[in-house]
Amino acid sequence: MSVFDGLPVWIAVIVAICLVAGAAITFVGTVGLARFPTFYQRIHAPTLGTSFGAFFVIVGSMVFFTALEARPVIHEVLILVFVLITTPVTLMLLARAALYRDRAEGNDVGADMPAAENRSARSDVGDTDQTGL
Amino acid sequence: MSATILVIAILVSQVLLGGAMCLAGWRLLKGPRAQDRVLALDSLYLSGMLLLLTFGIGSGQTIYFEAALVIGLLSFVATAALAKFLMRGEVIE
Repeated sequence: MSVFDGLPVWIAVIVAICLVAGAAITFVGTVGLARFPTFYQRIHAPTLGTSFGAFFVIVGSMVFFTALEARPVIHEVLILVFVLITTPVTLMLLARAALYRDRAEGNDVGADMPAAENRSARSDVGDTDQTGL
Repeated sequence: MSATILVIAILVSQVLLGGAMCLAGWRLLKGPRAQDRVLALDSLYLSGMLLLLTFGIGSGQTIYFEAALVIGLLSFVATAALAKFLMRGEVIE
Protein backbone atom coordinates (compact mmCIF):
# COMPACT_ATOMS: atom_id res chain seq x y z
CA MET A 1 0.00 0.00 0.00
CA SER A 2 2.77 2.44 0.88
CA VAL A 3 4.38 1.78 -2.51
CA PHE A 4 1.58 3.67 -4.26
CA ASP A 5 1.55 6.81 -2.12
CA GLY A 6 4.11 8.88 -4.02
CA LEU A 7 2.44 8.44 -7.40
CA PRO A 8 0.50 11.26 -9.10
CA VAL A 9 -3.20 10.58 -9.57
CA TRP A 10 -3.10 10.81 -13.38
CA ILE A 11 -0.41 8.10 -13.52
CA ALA A 12 -2.59 5.91 -11.32
CA VAL A 13 -5.60 6.52 -13.58
CA ILE A 14 -3.63 5.59 -16.71
CA VAL A 15 -2.25 2.44 -15.08
CA ALA A 16 -5.70 1.46 -13.79
CA ILE A 17 -7.37 1.92 -17.19
CA CYS A 18 -4.64 -0.08 -18.96
CA LEU A 19 -4.77 -2.92 -16.43
CA VAL A 20 -8.54 -3.28 -16.42
CA ALA A 21 -8.75 -3.01 -20.22
CA GLY A 22 -6.08 -5.65 -20.74
CA ALA A 23 -7.59 -8.03 -18.21
CA ALA A 24 -11.09 -7.55 -19.63
CA ILE A 25 -9.92 -8.19 -23.21
CA THR A 26 -8.12 -11.35 -22.09
CA PHE A 27 -11.23 -12.48 -20.23
CA VAL A 28 -13.43 -11.94 -23.30
CA GLY A 29 -10.99 -13.96 -25.40
CA THR A 30 -11.12 -16.82 -22.91
CA VAL A 31 -14.92 -16.72 -22.84
CA GLY A 32 -14.76 -17.21 -26.59
CA LEU A 33 -12.40 -20.15 -26.06
CA ALA A 34 -14.91 -21.72 -23.70
CA ARG A 35 -18.07 -21.08 -25.70
CA PHE A 36 -17.38 -21.41 -29.45
CA PRO A 37 -18.72 -24.68 -30.87
CA THR A 38 -15.90 -25.90 -33.16
CA PHE A 39 -12.14 -25.99 -32.77
CA TYR A 40 -11.47 -23.78 -35.81
CA GLN A 41 -13.61 -21.05 -34.29
CA ARG A 42 -12.10 -21.57 -30.85
CA ILE A 43 -8.54 -21.04 -32.05
CA HIS A 44 -9.29 -17.42 -32.96
CA ALA A 45 -10.55 -16.31 -29.58
CA PRO A 46 -7.46 -16.40 -27.30
CA THR A 47 -5.51 -14.24 -29.75
CA LEU A 48 -7.43 -11.29 -28.31
CA GLY A 49 -5.49 -11.90 -25.13
CA THR A 50 -2.16 -12.42 -26.85
CA SER A 51 -2.41 -9.22 -28.88
CA PHE A 52 -4.28 -6.42 -27.16
CA GLY A 53 -4.71 -7.98 -23.72
CA ALA A 54 -0.97 -8.44 -23.28
CA PHE A 55 -0.34 -5.04 -24.91
CA PHE A 56 -2.49 -3.12 -22.43
CA VAL A 57 -1.24 -4.96 -19.33
CA ILE A 58 2.40 -4.47 -20.39
CA VAL A 59 1.90 -0.79 -21.21
CA GLY A 60 0.31 -0.34 -17.77
CA SER A 61 3.26 -2.09 -16.14
CA MET A 62 5.75 0.05 -18.07
CA VAL A 63 4.00 3.30 -17.12
CA PHE A 64 3.79 2.22 -13.48
CA PHE A 65 7.44 1.25 -13.05
CA THR A 66 8.64 4.27 -15.03
CA ALA A 67 6.76 6.55 -12.64
CA LEU A 68 7.75 4.53 -9.57
CA GLU A 69 11.49 4.40 -10.19
CA ALA A 70 11.70 7.85 -11.91
CA ARG A 71 13.62 6.40 -14.86
CA PRO A 72 12.52 4.77 -18.11
CA VAL A 73 11.69 1.10 -17.49
CA ILE A 74 10.98 -0.56 -20.82
CA HIS A 75 12.13 -4.14 -20.32
CA GLU A 76 8.51 -5.33 -20.41
CA VAL A 77 8.70 -4.74 -24.17
CA LEU A 78 10.64 -8.02 -24.29
CA ILE A 79 7.55 -9.95 -23.22
CA LEU A 80 5.33 -8.10 -25.70
CA VAL A 81 7.67 -8.67 -28.65
CA PHE A 82 8.15 -12.31 -27.74
CA VAL A 83 4.42 -13.00 -27.34
CA LEU A 84 3.55 -11.16 -30.55
CA ILE A 85 6.15 -13.11 -32.53
CA THR A 86 5.56 -16.59 -31.13
CA THR A 87 1.74 -16.73 -30.95
CA PRO A 88 1.12 -16.83 -34.74
CA VAL A 89 3.81 -19.50 -35.12
CA THR A 90 2.41 -21.79 -32.43
CA LEU A 91 -1.21 -21.34 -33.48
CA MET A 92 -0.37 -22.01 -37.13
CA LEU A 93 1.41 -25.21 -36.07
CA LEU A 94 -1.57 -26.19 -33.91
CA ALA A 95 -4.15 -25.44 -36.61
CA ARG A 96 -2.20 -27.43 -39.19
CA ALA A 97 -1.90 -30.33 -36.78
CA ALA A 98 -5.65 -30.23 -36.10
CA LEU A 99 -6.42 -30.05 -39.83
CA TYR A 100 -4.10 -32.98 -40.48
CA ARG A 101 -5.79 -35.04 -37.75
CA ASP A 102 -9.27 -34.21 -39.04
CA ARG A 103 -8.38 -35.10 -42.61
CA ALA A 104 -6.63 -38.29 -41.58
CA GLU A 105 -9.80 -39.38 -39.79
CA GLY A 106 -12.00 -38.43 -42.74
CA ASN A 107 -13.96 -35.72 -40.94
CA ASP A 108 -15.61 -33.17 -43.20
CA VAL A 109 -13.69 -30.08 -42.18
CA GLY A 110 -15.59 -26.84 -42.66
CA ALA A 111 -18.91 -28.36 -43.74
CA ASP A 112 -20.75 -26.01 -41.37
CA MET A 113 -18.93 -22.89 -42.47
CA PRO A 114 -20.53 -20.16 -44.58
CA ALA A 115 -18.09 -20.54 -47.49
CA ALA A 116 -18.77 -24.26 -47.90
CA GLU A 117 -19.84 -23.86 -51.52
CA ASN A 118 -16.40 -22.54 -52.43
CA ARG A 119 -14.59 -25.55 -51.07
CA SER A 120 -14.78 -27.51 -54.31
CA ALA A 121 -12.81 -24.77 -56.05
CA ARG A 122 -10.14 -24.87 -53.38
CA SER A 123 -9.99 -28.57 -52.63
CA ASP A 124 -7.13 -29.28 -55.03
CA VAL A 125 -5.07 -26.57 -53.38
CA GLY A 126 -5.77 -28.14 -50.01
CA ASP A 127 -4.75 -31.58 -51.25
CA THR A 128 -1.40 -30.45 -52.57
CA ASP A 129 -0.96 -28.59 -49.32
CA GLN A 130 -1.57 -31.77 -47.36
CA THR A 131 1.04 -33.74 -49.21
CA GLY A 132 3.55 -31.13 -48.16
CA LEU A 133 2.90 -31.91 -44.51
CA MET B 1 -6.22 8.65 -3.71
CA SER B 2 -3.85 7.06 -6.21
CA ALA B 3 -3.37 4.11 -3.86
CA THR B 4 -7.14 3.51 -3.75
CA ILE B 5 -7.47 3.68 -7.54
CA LEU B 6 -4.57 1.29 -8.06
CA VAL B 7 -5.68 -1.20 -5.41
CA ILE B 8 -9.21 -1.39 -6.86
CA ALA B 9 -7.93 -1.68 -10.45
CA ILE B 10 -5.43 -4.40 -9.52
CA LEU B 11 -8.14 -6.31 -7.66
CA VAL B 12 -10.56 -6.09 -10.61
CA SER B 13 -7.94 -7.17 -13.13
CA GLN B 14 -6.79 -10.05 -10.91
CA VAL B 15 -10.39 -11.26 -10.61
CA LEU B 16 -10.84 -11.03 -14.41
CA LEU B 17 -7.59 -12.86 -15.12
CA GLY B 18 -8.45 -15.49 -12.51
CA GLY B 19 -11.81 -15.99 -14.22
CA ALA B 20 -9.99 -16.31 -17.54
CA MET B 21 -7.74 -18.97 -16.02
CA CYS B 22 -10.81 -20.81 -14.70
CA LEU B 23 -12.47 -20.80 -18.14
CA ALA B 24 -9.26 -22.01 -19.80
CA GLY B 25 -8.95 -24.73 -17.16
CA TRP B 26 -12.54 -25.78 -17.82
CA ARG B 27 -11.80 -26.09 -21.53
CA LEU B 28 -8.58 -27.95 -20.64
CA LEU B 29 -10.56 -30.52 -18.65
CA LYS B 30 -13.57 -30.76 -20.95
CA GLY B 31 -12.06 -30.19 -24.42
CA PRO B 32 -13.39 -32.84 -26.79
CA ARG B 33 -10.07 -33.48 -28.52
CA ALA B 34 -6.38 -33.12 -27.83
CA GLN B 35 -5.94 -29.93 -29.85
CA ASP B 36 -8.57 -28.19 -27.71
CA ARG B 37 -6.59 -29.09 -24.62
CA VAL B 38 -3.35 -27.77 -26.13
CA LEU B 39 -5.05 -24.50 -27.07
CA ALA B 40 -6.52 -24.20 -23.57
CA LEU B 41 -3.07 -24.82 -22.07
CA ASP B 42 -1.62 -22.03 -24.23
CA SER B 43 -4.37 -19.67 -23.09
CA LEU B 44 -3.77 -20.73 -19.48
CA TYR B 45 -0.08 -19.89 -19.83
CA LEU B 46 -0.95 -16.44 -21.19
CA SER B 47 -3.45 -15.67 -18.43
CA GLY B 48 -0.97 -16.78 -15.77
CA MET B 49 1.73 -14.58 -17.28
CA LEU B 50 -0.52 -11.51 -17.27
CA LEU B 51 -1.62 -12.35 -13.71
CA LEU B 52 2.02 -12.39 -12.61
CA LEU B 53 2.60 -8.99 -14.25
CA THR B 54 -0.44 -7.61 -12.41
CA PHE B 55 0.86 -9.14 -9.18
CA GLY B 56 4.20 -7.43 -9.78
CA ILE B 57 2.49 -4.05 -10.13
CA GLY B 58 0.62 -4.73 -6.90
CA SER B 59 3.82 -5.48 -4.98
CA GLY B 60 5.96 -2.78 -6.61
CA GLN B 61 8.85 -5.18 -7.27
CA THR B 62 10.28 -5.98 -10.69
CA ILE B 63 11.18 -9.56 -9.76
CA TYR B 64 7.84 -10.85 -11.08
CA PHE B 65 8.85 -9.64 -14.54
CA GLU B 66 11.47 -12.37 -14.85
CA ALA B 67 8.95 -15.02 -13.84
CA ALA B 68 6.51 -13.73 -16.46
CA LEU B 69 9.24 -13.77 -19.11
CA VAL B 70 10.13 -17.38 -18.27
CA ILE B 71 6.45 -18.35 -18.46
CA GLY B 72 6.22 -16.72 -21.90
CA LEU B 73 9.28 -18.64 -23.13
CA LEU B 74 8.00 -21.95 -21.77
CA SER B 75 4.59 -21.34 -23.32
CA PHE B 76 6.10 -21.12 -26.79
CA VAL B 77 8.22 -24.25 -26.32
CA ALA B 78 5.38 -26.27 -24.79
CA THR B 79 2.78 -25.39 -27.42
CA ALA B 80 5.18 -25.90 -30.35
CA ALA B 81 6.27 -29.30 -28.99
CA LEU B 82 2.68 -30.42 -28.35
CA ALA B 83 1.56 -29.30 -31.83
CA LYS B 84 4.48 -31.22 -33.32
CA PHE B 85 3.46 -34.24 -31.28
CA LEU B 86 -0.14 -34.02 -32.49
CA MET B 87 1.05 -33.79 -36.08
CA ARG B 88 3.65 -36.56 -36.12
CA GLY B 89 3.14 -38.69 -33.04
CA GLU B 90 6.61 -37.90 -31.73
CA VAL B 91 8.47 -34.72 -30.86
CA ILE B 92 12.05 -35.44 -31.99
CA GLU B 93 12.44 -37.56 -35.10
